[in-house]
Amino acid sequence: MKERFYQRDVISILEFERSELEYLFEITDKFLNYIDRKLHLLDGKIIALAFFEPSTRTRLSFEVAAKKLGADVISFAGEEALSISKGENLTDTIKMLDNYSDLIVIRHRLEGAAKYAAEIAEKPIINAGDGKQHHPTQAMIDLYTIKKLFGAIDGLTYGVLGDLRYGRAITSFIYGISLFRPKKVYLISPEALRVREEVLELLRNKNIVYEEKYNVEEVIDQLDVLYVTRIQKERFPDPMEYEKVRGSYRVTYELLKHGKKELKVLHPLPKVDEIDHGVDVSTYAAYYIQAKYGVPIRMSLLTLILGAKL
Amino acid sequence: MSEESTLVVSKIKNGTVIDHIPAGRALDILTVLNINGREGYRIAILMNVESKKLGKKDIIKIEGRMLSVEELNIVSLVAPRATINIIEDFAVITKHRVETPNYIEGVLRCPNPTCITNKRSEPIKTKFKTVSKDPIKLQCEYCGAIIAWNEIPKLIARKR
Repeated sequence: MKERFYQRDVISILEFERSELEYLFEITDKFLNYIDRKLHLLDGKIIALAFFEPSTRTRLSFEVAAKKLGADVISFAGEEALSISKGENLTDTIKMLDNYSDLIVIRHRLEGAAKYAAEIAEKPIINAGDGKQHHPTQAMIDLYTIKKLFGAIDGLTYGVLGDLRYGRAITSFIYGISLFRPKKVYLISPEALRVREEVLELLRNKNIVYEEKYNVEEVIDQLDVLYVTRIQKERFPDPMEYEKVRGSYRVTYELLKHGKKELKVLHPLPKVDEIDHGVDVSTYAAYYIQAKYGVPIRMSLLTLILGAKL
Repeated sequence: MSEESTLVVSKIKNGTVIDHIPAGRALDILTVLNINGREGYRIAILMNVESKKLGKKDIIKIEGRMLSVEELNIVSLVAPRATINIIEDFAVITKHRVETPNYIEGVLRCPNPTCITNKRSEPIKTKFKTVSKDPIKLQCEYCGAIIAWNEIPKLIARKR
């Protein structure tokens, strides 16, 4: 199984088979035991973090994962990306990084940028988010969290709530659970933030039982997992459209009390106001645990792709 | 071909006749084939002529130009029921129906404005996978956007 990861590009969670993800989770379990130690599995390797779009969490998490493994990191982010490129195209920037590093992590505001980078670069590319489309490592973290909390990903009823139209984390999460056998998936959002046609098409092709809903209240009692995201303000083509849906859903402790006792709330963070602070300290909140798994999942992935001896 | 159209357009000696094009779509066909008229071929375009099968149809006759199989397949994006006759010395030597290819590269632009293929400064060609042939449905390999058959004509990449 190890060889399936070696030098592999990670563009979409859909490129993975279930068994490959399960293997990744096994390796991650092992890394959890060493999380506080500095390892030397990737000594001498250089990892480039090319964040053409601003990011804090994902970038830091990759950086920490790389450093814990002994790799060196070169990086730029947001505004800096503009000055580095000085107007040059993505093609040329990727060619430069391909010369300098052993692996490139890329985030970009345009969909397909990571796939395109992978066509240009000889070194492996990890997609850390391309526009509204994919965020495969986030999906890996989310699935791993559910595996740890429930023991299995199959057979659960999922509610995904929020910006299904522009959110890449939530889209990748839906893609991720489609690789397993969920009991049912509720797609909950205001009309303007409905899931995109290509996502529905995939669910239909994979025979996943799903239903679109407007209100989480209607289905809360059926859910095992409620995955919430913020509204992706920065991806709205029209700011007026954002104003219309802003604050259109909110998860409160009162709401969750109508659900199962074991219900868990996930969120890729950062959250704004879509989850009430009252939830943070409750047993429902799983998003802090989820955030904690960011580093070990990325450690496993970097180790496997760069072929370090485990 | 109908009686009237043979009256006004003479037969071609060598070349290609594309028949059974949906009425009004002939110019889109020339666009997907990258023919703009300045290549020097003698071309007859018949639009909105009577057809038993389609009611009304368009026909294109191109003198001196044979189409490759790939080009023929691309025609299927605009005219899924087109028939193509290859003419040599005034006789039809082959006649075939078009078939939609599994992948279409560089002919269409992606309707998603935030797709990487719409970034002009990158040397990148669009690539669509055919996810359904009847009706034609395509999916962008880069951003995942789905294109329905009726959206195709407006996405045919015009020469810039």
